[in-house]
Amino acid sequence: MSYTLEHKQLEAIDDLLQHDLIDMGVTCVLLIDMAGNIIANIDNGKRKHDIYSLAALAAGNFGAVSAMAKIIGEDEFSLLFHKGKKENIHFSRVSDEFLLVSIFGNQVSLGFLRLKVAETIKTIKDLLKTAKKF
Amino acid sequence: MAFINPKTKEVQIKIVYYGPGRGGKTTNLEYIYSKYDHRIKTEMVSLKTHGDRTLFFDFMPFDIGSVLGYAIKIQLYTVPGQVKYNATRRVVLRGVDGIVFVADATKSVREKNILSLKNLYENLKSYNKSIFKVPLVLQYNKMDLAEQGIPLLSFDRMQKDMNAQLKVPAFPASALTGTNVIHTMKQIIKLTLPSVQQNLKEEVMS
Repeated sequence: MSYTLEHKQLEAIDDLLQHDLIDMGVTCVLLIDMAGNIIANIDNGKRKHDIYSLAALAAGNFGAVSAMAKIIGEDEFSLLFHKGKKENIHFSRVSDEFLLVSIFGNQVSLGFLRLKVAETIKTIKDLLKTAKKF
Repeated sequence: MAFINPKTKEVQIKIVYYGPGRGGKTTNLEYIYSKYDHRIKTEMVSLKTHGDRTLFFDFMPFDIGSVLGYAIKIQLYTVPGQVKYNATRRVVLRGVDGIVFVADATKSVREKNILSLKNLYENLKSYNKSIFKVPLVLQYNKMDLAEQGIPLLSFDRMQKDMNAQLKVPAFPASALTGTNVIHTMKQIIKLTLPSVQQNLKEEVMS
């Protein structure tokens, strides 16, 4: 099975990620599916990451953490965040199929990021509703 | 589940190498990496234990050219083969488009192949997928061990054990020396592409 999104949906998602997250100081944002495919990828142009490996690992990591949550009787963990010295990474589930990964430096606070991500996800959900499945 | 991106003109396809522990899944990917490193722009990602066994998965993106103007990106994954790692195996299998089952042709591990195939059947079922419908290729690995006098199962015996009902393409191989490794990969891509191509045509026409 495959699926696709329309060109204008992808444009809208890119614009949204740029405006809501990159313009607010986030270094890099990836919208991926749970299989590890990259739907959208926007960064501030300052640093190039190996995004395909990152997406594969993020999807695997998210799947593993979800499985751990179920083992201890939780539906899911609400905060998934890794803190580094200079860069941090935040994961947020958009729907059963999609995941938003944000990489950000210490100049952006975690609280602010979570707020912006929550807002962004609401809009992405609407945009993804019409994903065409084959 | 393959993703077609009309904006970047890219199709991403997930191929998973499945099979019993110590069967040669990672060695398959390592051989492909050594032969096609010019097409693979990144390092192969391997999440291993100290004993060099796959703990979570190996990952390698692979460009195979374009179809109808879309660049085809194959994402190769392996799963951990050991029985105890089933939860992580299931995570890696999510959204799979095509599977290579790497069986170990050594006589002493015959049972492990059958159990692992059964495990694949069950894990696919948990995602509402049927082993009879997903693109699948079997590889009977470690054929090179015959030269060292290690007893191996014959191709016919392996076919009866693994492929009597599935009736999918199957190849004797040696991941270590590279025999049939590239051929196996080409076969699974060949089996996986037609459904994506059909969807691409619809996408291009619309």
